[in-house]
Amino acid sequence: MGFKRKDLLGTRDLSAVEIRTLLESAESFKEIAERPLKKVPALRGKTVVNLFFEPSTRTRTSFEIAAKRLSADAVNMSAATSSVVKGESLIDTVDNIQAMAPDIVVIRHRYVGAAHLIAGRIGASVINAGDGANEHPTQALLDLLTIAEHKKLEPGLTVAIIGDIAHSRVARSNIWALTTLGVTVKVCAPPTMLPRGLEEIAEICVCRRPEEALVGADVVMMLRIQLERQDRLLFPSIRDYARIFGLNRRRLELARPDAIVMHPGPMNRGVEITSEVADGERSVILNQVSNGVALRMAVLFFLGGQGA
Amino acid sequence: MSEKLFSLLLKNGRLIDAGQNLDGNFDIFLVDGKVRELAPTLSVTVDQVIDLKGLWVLPGAIDLHVHLREPGFEYKETILSGARAAVAGGFTSVACMANTNPVNDSATVTRFILEQARSAPAKVLPIAAISQGMQGEILVEMGDLVEAGAVAFSDDGKTVPNSKLLRHAMEYSSLFEKPLFCHCQDNALFADGLVHEGVISAAHGLAGIPPLAEEIDIARTIMLAEYLKVPVHICHLSTRGGVELVKAAKARGVRVTAEATPHHLFLDERAVVDLEYREALDENLKPSMLCYNTNTKMSPPLRSAEDVAALRQALAEGTIDAIATDHAPHEATEKAVEYGLAPFGVVGLETALSLALRLVQEGVLTPLQLVARMSSAPAEILGLKDRGSLAPGMAADLMIVDPEREWVVDPGKFYSLARNTPFAGWCLKGQVVKTIVDGQIVFSL
Repeated sequence: MGFKRKDLLGTRDLSAVEIRTLLESAESFKEIAERPLKKVPALRGKTVVNLFFEPSTRTRTSFEIAAKRLSADAVNMSAATSSVVKGESLIDTVDNIQAMAPDIVVIRHRYVGAAHLIAGRIGASVINAGDGANEHPTQALLDLLTIAEHKKLEPGLTVAIIGDIAHSRVARSNIWALTTLGVTVKVCAPPTMLPRGLEEIAEICVCRRPEEALVGADVVMMLRIQLERQDRLLFPSIRDYARIFGLNRRRLELARPDAIVMHPGPMNRGVEITSEVADGERSVILNQVSNGVALRMAVLFFLGGQGA
Repeated sequence: MSEKLFSLLLKNGRLIDAGQNLDGNFDIFLVDGKVRELAPTLSVTVDQVIDLKGLWVLPGAIDLHVHLREPGFEYKETILSGARAAVAGGFTSVACMANTNPVNDSATVTRFILEQARSAPAKVLPIAAISQGMQGEILVEMGDLVEAGAVAFSDDGKTVPNSKLLRHAMEYSSLFEKPLFCHCQDNALFADGLVHEGVISAAHGLAGIPPLAEEIDIARTIMLAEYLKVPVHICHLSTRGGVELVKAAKARGVRVTAEATPHHLFLDERAVVDLEYREALDENLKPSMLCYNTNTKMSPPLRSAEDVAALRQALAEGTIDAIATDHAPHEATEKAVEYGLAPFGVVGLETALSLALRLVQEGVLTPLQLVARMSSAPAEILGLKDRGSLAPGMAADLMIVDPEREWVVDPGKFYSLARNTPFAGWCLKGQVVKTIVDGQIVFSL
């Protein structure tokens, strides 16, 4: 068993076997974080380039730590310090990076398909760390890893995803991965943030109100609301959004008694989620962050050629 | 330049001419740039005889909608290269849009275009802007432009958001009997959209362009034309709703005409992520085509399969009067970028006729309807009385087509400077083998 792809661009076309392979491998990497010396030599001599064209703290750091724990050499490149600001095209930037012979390139970019563009261009393995509103596969996989710590990832499980679905790559990657495993997915968004036609292409249940989505949910996944979107006429005010869609203790009571609460971060406390819930006993938000490192170690391990 | 022929006899070809409602074997006698005589058999003394057994003779196609990029964007296309692409695709006349740099909003620019076109193998018909600088604020000097040779007015690429300005443009242009070509788009609804708002935008998080963005503006345009009792032409219809608006308006007697492009008649939104395009690509463009093929990015976008079906039906029944290419050349590196950054537009001159023939092969159009949509209707919309048909006395503008010839679309072989076609690798049946303009052979395969 292995994961035999050159790249990880999304969860959309991953099979259930591939997903479970990555999750099982990640499970075995969790333990390394508890060692006094948090390093294994698996990717010694390999070079991982983190190419972030969008600001990111958590994801970039997570990839960097994951690479370093595998003994790979991790190099960070962010758009603000790169030639991109001088008007270089993505293809030229990537050709230059390729000329330095990296083994794995992790890319985050504001445009859909940027990772695919690069993957077709270079010999190095490409990991999509977020392309526009399209995919963020390692986030979805770490979410699954976190869910699996508490629930069985199989048909019968119900996950509610609530927030700005239209602009969320986290939502899309989770929808593809969860539905591939047969999990029931309920989504709820303000009608202005729900992509038209989503039900036609995904096996999901669309709910008008968060209460509907929460009833019977084993997992509640809240999405970050991008505050700058207020300019775009999508919702009248933060206050209105928080009142109707925010997750508070009272609303959470509609979910299963043992339901867990997730958030991909960074959180807007008091908007999509109250501090009481975010810091409460059912929150697994920090576990998601810990699991992110293990999951990314698994992905790097396979793409680095060691897991085959 | 090809040789200047005094007289030419085309023998044994199948003449298909919607203008005369003729479809049969005719000999065609061309003298001094004009059609002299048609008859089942002609015996005359001429400078050259061409035997066309097994081939079709059609009036030259007239493209209502191309972007030749000159002046200003000569690295994308020039009037000469665009005209060469035109005749290679059977187009003997092309109407070029005004969004050059400078914009064709003055007689000076119109005269420049016509001057450049003097050495071009196709007839180039400049369309002037509606508003100065295409800014949607002040009308162009329509009288001056018409005198210089403008055949129509359009701010194509943009809508005219100000309804009062659009009204006055319709009123004023009617003085010269020159049509307005309207690019219909509600800017607020279009917003930063990239693809049709449908299954692909939903699944891939690409910003959607709702059909409404087009239909609301078509409705406004038709209402103005109806109120003012003036003709208006709707560019690149792409949606079922747009078709219904045009159909209903025509039924009410509104003088509205419409065009559709080959890409909207053959491709739907799924082409944006369709991997079958992967194989046939030019090596240099391959990366951008991997999944998100930027040669599927145009405005209006590729719509749903249902919209494609509605367009085809409308084309067959005549609600859509004309096939126009919206030939929009871009340089390779401009398209070899992230989908969201790529410019809108695809080329079409060198594939349109073969794709139209495919519509005939698929039973959507009859051969006569093909000629009507590509020659006679465009001539009528532009008020060109000397072309669009091969009746005696008309200009000897025609194409000779081998209906059986199979070929594979290879953008590397285009006469156009640009390669941005979504049809690369398509195997098509039927190809232009000769094009004649004013009695001269300007293209031979």
